[in-house]
Amino acid sequence: MVGNIAMRSIDRPDRQAATPTAASVAGAPNAHARDARSLPDTPPVKAAAENFSFYYGQFQALKSITLPVYEKHVTALIGPSGCGKSTLLRACNRMHDLYPGNRYEGAIRLLPDNTNLLDPAVDPIEVRMRIGMVFQKPNPFPKSIYENVAYGLRIRGEKSRSVLDGRVEEALKGAALWAEVAHRLNEPAFALSGGQQQRLCIARCLATDPEVLLFDEPTSALDPIATASIEELIDQLRQKVTILIVTHNMQQAARVSDFTAYMYLGELIEFGRTRQLFVNPVRRETEDYITGRFG
Amino acid sequence: MESLESASFEPLRVSDRLARKALRNTKERVIEALLFAAAGVSVLTTVGIVWVLVSESYHFFTVVPIWSFLTDTMWTPLFADAHYGILPLLAGTLTTSLVAVVVAIPLGTTIAIYLSEFARPAVREAVKPFLELLGGIPSIVYGYFALIVVIPLLQLLIPGLPGFNMLGAGIVMGIAIIPYVSSLAEDAMRAVPMSMREGSYAMGGTKFQTAVRVVIPAALSGILSAYILGVSRAVGETMIVAVAAGMQPNFTMNPMEPAQTISAYIVQVALGDLPHGSIGYQSIFAAGLSLMLMTLLLNVAGHFVRRRYREAY
Repeated sequence: MVGNIAMRSIDRPDRQAATPTAASVAGAPNAHARDARSLPDTPPVKAAAENFSFYYGQFQALKSITLPVYEKHVTALIGPSGCGKSTLLRACNRMHDLYPGNRYEGAIRLLPDNTNLLDPAVDPIEVRMRIGMVFQKPNPFPKSIYENVAYGLRIRGEKSRSVLDGRVEEALKGAALWAEVAHRLNEPAFALSGGQQQRLCIARCLATDPEVLLFDEPTSALDPIATASIEELIDQLRQKVTILIVTHNMQQAARVSDFTAYMYLGELIEFGRTRQLFVNPVRRETEDYITGRFG
Repeated sequence: MESLESASFEPLRVSDRLARKALRNTKERVIEALLFAAAGVSVLTTVGIVWVLVSESYHFFTVVPIWSFLTDTMWTPLFADAHYGILPLLAGTLTTSLVAVVVAIPLGTTIAIYLSEFARPAVREAVKPFLELLGGIPSIVYGYFALIVVIPLLQLLIPGLPGFNMLGAGIVMGIAIIPYVSSLAEDAMRAVPMSMREGSYAMGGTKFQTAVRVVIPAALSGILSAYILGVSRAVGETMIVAVAAGMQPNFTMNPMEPAQTISAYIVQVALGDLPHGSIGYQSIFAAGLSLMLMTLLLNVAGHFVRRRYREAY
């Protein structure tokens, strides 16, 4: 299965090193040196899937995925519908735990502590406290704008009004929404436009300082102008947080991401720097997809 | 514009295939008329009931001034010294309903939260038929359950509690309306889109936090409607209070005392041997009108609550 992953300018024996296992990343000090041979000058790894497989009941939706996510960079997952990109994303914060009959195999490790997020002993709530998620359709809570952003802090037990005020403002500024809502924080979140609601959902995540932000097709329900503002925001956020984004829009992947993974039928076909993957893909399947001959 | 005007000179041609078919039109009209008649039955029934209530009450109010009906604190229509003050019956109705609501709302809401947010599908499928069964028990059975089981138990806890009282009747009435409250509230919670729950879980919310902080506020309009329906049921409930609350009009809001409700009074007189047309007989229409106005008021309140708290998700 690992053989399906093609790394740029690398021959077979080094492939394992190109998709770092947690052992190679966390254990060996030369991990990045070996990485560098496949993808030059890669940043440190923040999270990594290792031989990760996923089953919806009997159906195997993901087949032994091994994929690094680099710290404070944007990694995009692309591929046709049903390729498993959203399934992979939702596994990263154990969303599949909410529904019966789902099964994980392998590991998704979060660095630097090298925790296997999928370990049954790991509390999914702890995982979700560290990893934020923005959904396809904006899903603000039926509360005020302020309370939406304060939600994560409140469920963590924060009561101090001054702390909440500060964090809410900071998060809304981080999500480029403060200027638009500062004067009406107590209005219901549903009064906002779709694009504003999505930025509110991003602010909601930012308020709790997540290590990784997952974006599940965050602009597919938005108009082009709102989409542009979200993309701009992702571009700014990468300086502070590691981002994994699923998108069916290849132009979007090309615009916002540093690294791109192309998936097809539950397998990772190719992973590389976005520019290289789009300009000069190694695998024929990738080329067919990004040139529109397929998909 | 030019072309449109010139087109209007041309006679409108419709091909034979598109021409209206006379037979089909007739059939459609017949079907529409049947459907209208079906809808009309319920409207006519309501109009008829209101007509009877109002016209009979009119006769009643020509004898008893409406002011004394509303302010007199005695209800003794069957006595020689007849008083027609609705307040004692109103107090009985409100007190038993209040006890019922205090039982039904917390329990019904808890059950709804459990079934909608916590129960595994297998458990939910097993529990729901029992709840529906609870709603299907005839109210006379509840009445005797209150009289024979619940009130004696209460008498163990509260010495000196009379054998008929509003507390026992109200508690059992609360149990009887739990299914209405819980099933409507559960429907409202389950109608909250999963994406909203996922938003909360993704923030690190627990099931309970998600249920209380996200699902309930999102379903609030439906949950409040469930409460109001429960209150309406309690206000109109007859047999339980007729059997267990005692049959004496008693102007008190103390649930430890026996009392009569509006509905129980109507049963008493309707089953009694008062001659039709007598003022005592007509008093049940005035009582019925008051009861109907109360439930109407609740329905209107429910309508506004639904509008006020509806969330557009």
